[in-house]
Amino acid sequence: MKKLILDSLGKSKHRGSNFRDLLYNNEVRAFFFQVITFVLVVGLFYTAIGNLFENIEERGINTGFSFLNNRAGFDILPFLGNIVVDYTPESSNLTVFYVGLVNTLVVAFIGIILSTLIGLLIGIARLSNNYLISKLAGGYIELFRNIPILLQILFWYNLFINIFPHPKQSLAFFDIAFLNQRGLYLPKPIPEDGFLFVTLAFIIGIIAAYFIKKFFKKKHELTGAHTSTWTYTLGLVIGFPVIVYFLIGSPLQFDYAVLGKFNLKGGMAVVPEFLALTFALSVYTATYIAEAIRSGIEAVDKGQKEAAAAIGLSPIQSLKLIVLPQALRVAIPPTINQYLNLTKNSSLATVIGYPELMSTFGGTVLNQVGQAVEILAMAMLVYLVISLFISLLLNYVNKKMEIQGR
Amino acid sequence: MKQLLKLTAASLLVVGALGVQASTLSDVQAKGHVSCGVSKGLAGFSSADSSGTWTGVDVDVCRAVAAATLGDATKVKFVPLTAKERFTALQSGEIDMLSRNTTWTITRDASLGLNFAGVNYYDGQGFMVKSSLGVSSAMELGGAAICIQAGTTTELNLADWGKANGIDYNSVVSDTNAQTLSNYDAGRCDVLTTDASGLYSMRAGANDPSEHVVLPEIISKEPLGPVVRQGDDQWFNIVRWSLNAMITAEEIGVTSATVDMVSNNPERERLMGRSGSTHEYVGLTSDWTYQIIKQVGNYSESFERNIGVNTPIGIARGVNALWSQGGILYSPPFR
Repeated sequence: MKKLILDSLGKSKHRGSNFRDLLYNNEVRAFFFQVITFVLVVGLFYTAIGNLFENIEERGINTGFSFLNNRAGFDILPFLGNIVVDYTPESSNLTVFYVGLVNTLVVAFIGIILSTLIGLLIGIARLSNNYLISKLAGGYIELFRNIPILLQILFWYNLFINIFPHPKQSLAFFDIAFLNQRGLYLPKPIPEDGFLFVTLAFIIGIIAAYFIKKFFKKKHELTGAHTSTWTYTLGLVIGFPVIVYFLIGSPLQFDYAVLGKFNLKGGMAVVPEFLALTFALSVYTATYIAEAIRSGIEAVDKGQKEAAAAIGLSPIQSLKLIVLPQALRVAIPPTINQYLNLTKNSSLATVIGYPELMSTFGGTVLNQVGQAVEILAMAMLVYLVISLFISLLLNYVNKKMEIQGR
Repeated sequence: MKQLLKLTAASLLVVGALGVQASTLSDVQAKGHVSCGVSKGLAGFSSADSSGTWTGVDVDVCRAVAAATLGDATKVKFVPLTAKERFTALQSGEIDMLSRNTTWTITRDASLGLNFAGVNYYDGQGFMVKSSLGVSSAMELGGAAICIQAGTTTELNLADWGKANGIDYNSVVSDTNAQTLSNYDAGRCDVLTTDASGLYSMRAGANDPSEHVVLPEIISKEPLGPVVRQGDDQWFNIVRWSLNAMITAEEIGVTSATVDMVSNNPERERLMGRSGSTHEYVGLTSDWTYQIIKQVGNYSESFERNIGVNTPIGIARGVNALWSQGGILYSPPFR
């Protein structure tokens, strides 16, 4: 900008003119108005924030972050967050923040994976030559995309708690897993001594599979001979740890849920709030991802598919090797937005009481402490950081997927 | 640019105006109604009927304040709030007063920038279960799932009680009263806990009230009352004494039917503003208490009309009877 002004000064000097030229110079003008706007905006925010704190003080509302160390004193619906953070009512308000954060991240993580899978499937199905499949996919998209997500969350949740039986009549799968209106009860694994070796075997399996894949890829590039690697991968990642597991004498116990007086006790309970929320978010977000995938596939020139067919690739190979890699390049940016939306939409869970950030920290703690500004600022910061992180990660992927050498 | 400047100037004015605090009374009189925060629907305390008319003992406190300040008990704008929203709405000035079965605690009184203007219902937290469970005491609730509303003292009491009695439970928290109730109905939880008055109100609204039992244990003190913002003592006094006027009227025996009769009881004449100058101290016209009793009625009338034994909710006066009749309801004197 400075250079621009100097340039324009220089130009006007050449023409031997004065201040008038400077006044009518578009760039100088633009710069001037930008500065004014900037000062006004900053001034406005400064006044507003100053005013805010003055008012808060005047009304005798506590300020500051000392409330974070106070005892929370309330219970949270037992789910992953409680277990990871080890929460009890004796814990501090800061712990509540962590519990909420973990629960939010879990929903976002599982939701992103599920919505991508469903979205990919529906997006491809939408373009199928099979009339029924393509119309079903289209119907799915139109149905779920056009109903507000809040309604969908409430609908699935209330459906879940009304449709499944009472704990005393749980649907059982061989007495291992149980499903009732209070959730899905899975056996809880309790690792014993030696289980570390199984984990280790799993990690070694993954690394080995990676190198084998790399080796055959190189061979493919050098000689053109294609070797399918999925059997190796399966053997190394699943088979190897399983063999190790049995060799050292099954070092894993399971805690199964059993019927108590009111509820199933023990095991690992996946609460209906989580199931309904994740399901609703995934199903809803998947419609947008499907549309992104479809637009990506349609953006790939027809000639590419024809060329693939001409060199003898099967339709599946053509999709996997030719169409999808090019389609994803177009589909990734809009998909990023959907991941962000999903994460932000997870805060709607407060209506069904899933203990995520906004219902625990931004809800109960806010109500007990009453310091809305501090608490909501913290919650906003969390969503901002998560969103920026996701967009950073996907920018990286986007860059990777770019056409090389252009 | 001119537009932008205008806009900026306007925004600055708005932001600046937030800093200026007029008195709540003159605000209310200028806009012609009292904005009163109430519950989203708790029969007998604050609930709207099919024609949108609000009734309940909490609603009557709002109406009393409107009668006192505007001379018309109908000039109330009711703002339904969830438990979580209520304090923020009051702090921010969205409502002039809160009358929403809110428990008076030291934390709320001293750290939220709020003042409790009195107690209009003495309550305590209880439990309700389905009769089919065969539970007769709260001590048998180990392992149960308990439905509870977010942002209430109930949540804190429950945790304390569980710890003190070594009772392990799962809490299922919902945002609104309606979702809490629907969770309980669907069987997401075995037990519903809230203030006993709320339990009776919900039981009265059930399809078959006899299917539900309110357990005998009361695990907390829940004095419920109207709340105002801190820093406006005049408004605080008006709300406090509007409630006290209703209680005192019951004590003296003035009802909406007998309020027009002139008697030679000096206390009664003083309460009705026909002698003395107490109205000047609160900044209202001399008939302010008269309007409250005439239009809303005394405490007993409000109680019997909304939650008394002859209503579907059917709560006996119990501790909410006057101090002179075995309860703890007590108003300082109008003198």
